[in-house]
Amino acid sequence: MTAIALRDVRLTLGDRVVLDKITLDITAGEFIGVLGPNGAGKTTLMRAILGLVKPSQGEIRILGRPATRGNPAIGYMPQVHGAATLARLNGWDFVASVVDGHRLGLPLMGKAGRAEIERALDRVGARALAQRPLAEISGGERQRLLLAQALIGRPHLLLLDEPLISLDPRHQAEVINLVKSLQRELRITVLFSAHELNPLLGALDRVLYLGSGQAALGTVDEVITGPVLSRLYGSDIEVVRLKGRIFVMSGGHELEGDGHRHDAGSSHSHRHHHAQSGHA
Amino acid sequence: MLDYDFMRHAFAAATIVAVVAGAVGYFLVLRSQTFAGHALAHVGFTGATGAVLIGISPLWGLVLVTLAAGLGMGFMGERLAQRDVAIGLVLALALGLGLLFLHFFTAYATQATALLFGNVLAVDVETVWTLLALGAISLILLAVISRPLLFASLQPELAEAKGVSLRLYSVLFLAIVALTTAECAQIVGVLLVFALMVGPAAAALQLTRAVVAGVLLSALLAVVEAWLGLTLAFYTDWPTSFWITALSVAIYLLANLRWPVAIRS
Ligand SMILES: Nc1ncnc2c1ncn2[C@@H]1O[C@H](COP(=O)(O)OP(=O)(O)OP(=O)(O)O)[C@@H](O)[C@H]1O
Ligand SMILES: [Mg+2]
Repeated sequence: MTAIALRDVRLTLGDRVVLDKITLDITAGEFIGVLGPNGAGKTTLMRAILGLVKPSQGEIRILGRPATRGNPAIGYMPQVHGAATLARLNGWDFVASVVDGHRLGLPLMGKAGRAEIERALDRVGARALAQRPLAEISGGERQRLLLAQALIGRPHLLLLDEPLISLDPRHQAEVINLVKSLQRELRITVLFSAHELNPLLGALDRVLYLGSGQAALGTVDEVITGPVLSRLYGSDIEVVRLKGRIFVMSGGHELEGDGHRHDAGSSHSHRHHHAQSGHA
Repeated sequence: MLDYDFMRHAFAAATIVAVVAGAVGYFLVLRSQTFAGHALAHVGFTGATGAVLIGISPLWGLVLVTLAAGLGMGFMGERLAQRDVAIGLVLALALGLGLLFLHFFTAYATQATALLFGNVLAVDVETVWTLLALGAISLILLAVISRPLLFASLQPELAEAKGVSLRLYSVLFLAIVALTTAECAQIVGVLLVFALMVGPAAAALQLTRAVVAGVLLSALLAVVEAWLGLTLAFYTDWPTSFWITALSVAIYLLANLRWPVAIRS
């Protein structure tokens, strides 16, 4: 079954055409890594799937139906998270705000609502975490609460916008493993955007690479190649594989900072000052 | 103390306003929109002075103008980044107009002071009923939209994706804030609206991590501050607004000193 289908889609923000002539199908249950440089349109694509950005051309169908705002089948973890003041609240109330959040009324939680929250928190192992104020938990712990929030309402499709941002390699691996287990056990489709390919190599089924308004969807071997990436970057790209890791190079420089990082598996012996490699 | 009519009216009015201000203020602080509340109060001053000039009650001038300004602010900027600019523009225009009205207003100096700093001891029965009606409207409206408002405040991007209109709730909430501001101005005056709207709410946010408990605590603190303020004013003959602001600041400071305890909702 097709989870997400795009037919000749053009996405425009203001006067800027972010993506154009995109046609692709994502099968239900797939784990898709969404990659591409800053501004390539990863967030815009997710917002279009959510029905928040209407295609100026073409059609987007989610689980067989046209994309519309407020689709309960989609769980979403935005790239930017609320205001800083929410840090004064505990995690529980933060996650709870999603339950029936679109319905009018008082934010009082019934039994079913509580059970729903507890189920989502348990799934991501954040039950104890939810009792603590948001301000006092780490970035990785916050990501788990956000993931719990995305799971409220039992979605069939998870859109995760840069869940690895500002996490160290160990916590990156933790989040990836968690999402992978959700995808397997709940059989949900996952779109996982990131700036680095290597940490995701073990988890993803296919890659959706965005750049220059275009998209390439396929297995790592199909997409992460010199010719395909050269087209997406609009410049000469060389792909170097080394010990199971992939480096995307442009004129001798590495793009996206992959190589500066030691990803999960290999990091323990000598994790050092490159852990916070920038890709800004 | 309660043998006097004016004290009974004052207590009734202060209680109504404090409950509403505490509850609405909690969301105001949570949404980091306290500047909006502050600005609306100042705009309200223009409304009240304008109303007196054309011969209608200053309370209605306050209500109408703050409401219009609140709606205007809500429509002008829905994104956080734009809010300050939108509010600043409305505020500048309103203060300009206020200056013009003040120019004609010199004969009514006492009334101007009452508007600026409040005069709760002069509240009559009719005003109490008006406040009760306005307060009920604000509270009911807040109760009706509170769940989506909370969602939109805590996780705007996700709320939008789930079908919550950020603009709609921003506009509705600012309308509620406008009504509340107009009411608060009756008790503590437009310049000191912060004391009832922001002080108790900020203290409550320090004291509890849960939303429902926070709203209730905020309203409770506001009522306590209002009652104590009135009582102290009665026995010291100092202005009520002074006591309420002093208590508001004191409780906020105490809340910050205390080690925060988590209360589950
Ligand atoms: N309101 C807007 N009007 C015009 N252009 C916009 C608007 N919002 C975003 N853009 C542009 O759209 C492009 C796509 O942005 P998007 O946020 O989808 O990229 P992204 O791939 O998620 O980037 P990042 O890796 O930085 O998160 C960017 O070039 C951005 O500058
Ligand atoms: Mg993005």
